[in-house]
Amino acid sequence: MGEQQPPKLTRRDFIASSSIAVGAAAIVISGSALVSTKESWGLEVKHLSPEAMSTLIQMSRDIYPHDRLADRYYAIACKNFDKPDLKETIEEGIKILNKLSQTQFGTDYVNIGWEAERTSLLEKIQTTPMFQALRGSLVTGIYNQKEVWPLFGYQGASFEHGGYIDRGFDDIDWL
Amino acid sequence: MVKFSKDDSSVVVVIGSGAGGGVVGTDLALKGIKTVILEAGKRHETHDFINDEWDSFSQLAWTDQRMTSGSWRVAKDFPQLPAWIVKSVGGSTTHWAGASLRFQEHEFKTKSTYGNVQGANLLDWPITLKDLEPYYAKAEDRMGVTRTNGIKGLPGNNNFKVFEKGAKAIGYKDVHTGTMAINSEERDGRPGCQQVGFCFQGCKFGAKWSTLYAEIPKGEETGKLEVRPESYVLKIEHDKTGKVTGVVYADKDGKVQRQKARVVCLAGNSIESPRILLNSHSSMFPDGLGNSYGHVGRNYMRHMTGSVYGIFDKPVRMWRGTVMAGIIKDEAMHNSSRGFVGGYEMETLSLGLPFMAAFLNPGAWGRSFTTALDAYENMAGMWLVGEDMPQETNRVSLHSTAKDAHGLPVANVHFDDHPNDIAMRNHAYKQGSAIYDAVGAVRTFPTPPYPSTHNLGTNRMSEKPRDGVVNKWGRSHEIPNLFVSDGSVFTTGGCENPTLTIVALATRQAEYIADQMNKGNI
Ligand SMILES: Cc1cc2nc3c(=O)[nH]c(=O)nc-3n(C[C@H](O)[C@H](O)[C@H](O)COP(=O)(O)OP(=O)(O)OC[C@H]3O[C@@H](n4cnc5c(N)ncnc54)[C@H](O)[C@@H]3O)c2cc1C
Ligand code: SF4
Repeated sequence: MGEQQPPKLTRRDFIASSSIAVGAAAIVISGSALVSTKESWGLEVKHLSPEAMSTLIQMSRDIYPHDRLADRYYAIACKNFDKPDLKETIEEGIKILNKLSQTQFGTDYVNIGWEAERTSLLEKIQTTPMFQALRGSLVTGIYNQKEVWPLFGYQGASFEHGGYIDRGFDDIDWL
Repeated sequence: MVKFSKDDSSVVVVIGSGAGGGVVGTDLALKGIKTVILEAGKRHETHDFINDEWDSFSQLAWTDQRMTSGSWRVAKDFPQLPAWIVKSVGGSTTHWAGASLRFQEHEFKTKSTYGNVQGANLLDWPITLKDLEPYYAKAEDRMGVTRTNGIKGLPGNNNFKVFEKGAKAIGYKDVHTGTMAINSEERDGRPGCQQVGFCFQGCKFGAKWSTLYAEIPKGEETGKLEVRPESYVLKIEHDKTGKVTGVVYADKDGKVQRQKARVVCLAGNSIESPRILLNSHSSMFPDGLGNSYGHVGRNYMRHMTGSVYGIFDKPVRMWRGTVMAGIIKDEAMHNSSRGFVGGYEMETLSLGLPFMAAFLNPGAWGRSFTTALDAYENMAGMWLVGEDMPQETNRVSLHSTAKDAHGLPVANVHFDDHPNDIAMRNHAYKQGSAIYDAVGAVRTFPTPPYPSTHNLGTNRMSEKPRDGVVNKWGRSHEIPNLFVSDGSVFTTGGCENPTLTIVALATRQAEYIADQMNKGNI
């Protein structure tokens, strides 16, 4: 806890993106923005390079992979790292990751097709401060997004609905 | 509401307003004794509580710096958060789950019962179950504990039903929805439980007992109790005869204040209470107050804990309803044929998705972790809580470099599991998994201990001064008008959740203090 306080993020951080060209990858870079054509959102990056941000988003999915979660939840969680004081650590960390990736797979991390190959690289950097900071922050960055909760079935606050006394606290029917 | 002068040296000053402090302060006021409770936290009422795990944590939890050391996993996963406890009026009774259990007879006599356990600093309590029985009865009545005083049990929720079915399938007999300080029906001006499921975040209905709304207001009504929130106690002062004379604290603006006192009752929980005693050192008491034999801060206990979560192929929705209304007591006895001394309880537990992600396996990542969370809706959970061994080296001490906002050393909590704790935890993990397997679990997870919620033993009670810090009344062996009124007085921990015992001891202590004051002995 402590270092894992929930990020203060809103969807106001996102810009509309309908007019930007379609690329091959799920997330493409357009100027200083990342654009998801599939999910039609765009994310303006202020401090990090857009390449670094798209790498972070891929790393986030590889660290906490949930097939049911769209990229935008990972992008919201990563928005936390678009800060001037984190720029160096992050970009330095990504440089190391890509170097490993080039040596082993001949391409940058985000271009590796298989999750298992990408995670094999993450395993090599998992004790670095950059990885630790990212992983720690994602614990709240992803799972404390209220929009994510229903996708896991979690119902959140219940007081305003009068609790579960009349809403199925004991409705299990398969035992 | 009444306000006492800081120069009024006839008041009893209570430090902390949780289970121990809230009860002792209220009882003294009810007996007509002028009492001031100094509480470091703010006063949040039930309508302020938040049905959101992290927001509530920020609102209520003690997040001032603490440090850790030792081989326990908490020191690695949460190096600055040894304990998950509260800084708010009501103390940890705002967070607590309400499980209210009496100690067993032998748990007051572990040294005589278990014999010599290598590395364990066992000691018999200076009191017996018989001494405490009348106070347990009073505590159960005031707290409205289910299955006592004719109060019916809480209904079982989904999580309980899975737990109960599995428990019976593997032969456990003593399984029910617990003895809970949560109203199953309206009682004492508080409503029955509405199955909200956020017991750990403060009960917005007030169905769960807390000193915040079930005790303190009764004390305040007498005009004899003043609760001063945002009053952070720095040290306790004494005169040259060695009696305490008052308390130095920082008010909400950080200004240092001094409250005079006839008697001081220390109830800041087992981490802050010894810290205050140690920080109160003087030329007369160079090692801290009440610490001539060096026991202050030692024998820190946190209960053997762990959790087991099971995943099923159909929904459970464990988060719905009372968090801990479910218990299996069959493993609570002492039976060394299991490979360890002492026993443990198994209790239902659920966490919301945000806390589950943080606590299921701190530090873990990748598919083996996320597929567990993918099945969150199909998960059932239980908590394991057993007696841990007191060890001299498990210890709250003053950190050598880290200081708080007032320049005082922060607490360092050092803990190593005793081999007995590990053997017990492994046994409990196995039994917990078997319970879920018996109802068709697809996967089970032995989950490591969370930051400590049960903090005990750092000012232990003893018959002889050389064995502990306080006597059988919680009175300092050295300083006649200094009392300790919280869970730090536990000589040994028992396997039961501690709060009912803390309340029983505080009730008994208030009676004793009033009596001694009447007799002019304090
Ligand atoms: C999530 C959770 C669930 C729990 N569930 C159960 C359960 O089901 N059953 C059970 O028996 N127990 C349970 N517990 C444990 C229970 O809450 C504690 O055992 C009990 O509240 C401890 O009482 P205490 O008086 O020792 O300390 P607390 O209740 O923690 O009170 C200590 C108070 O002292 C204040 N304080 C500390 N330092 C200072 C200072 N320097 N100056 C002024 N004030 C200070 C703190 O702010 C706090 O309010 C649970 C605890 C938690 C956190
Ligand atoms: S489940 Fe019951 S006790 Fe727990 S918070 Fe809700 S009303 Fe209160």
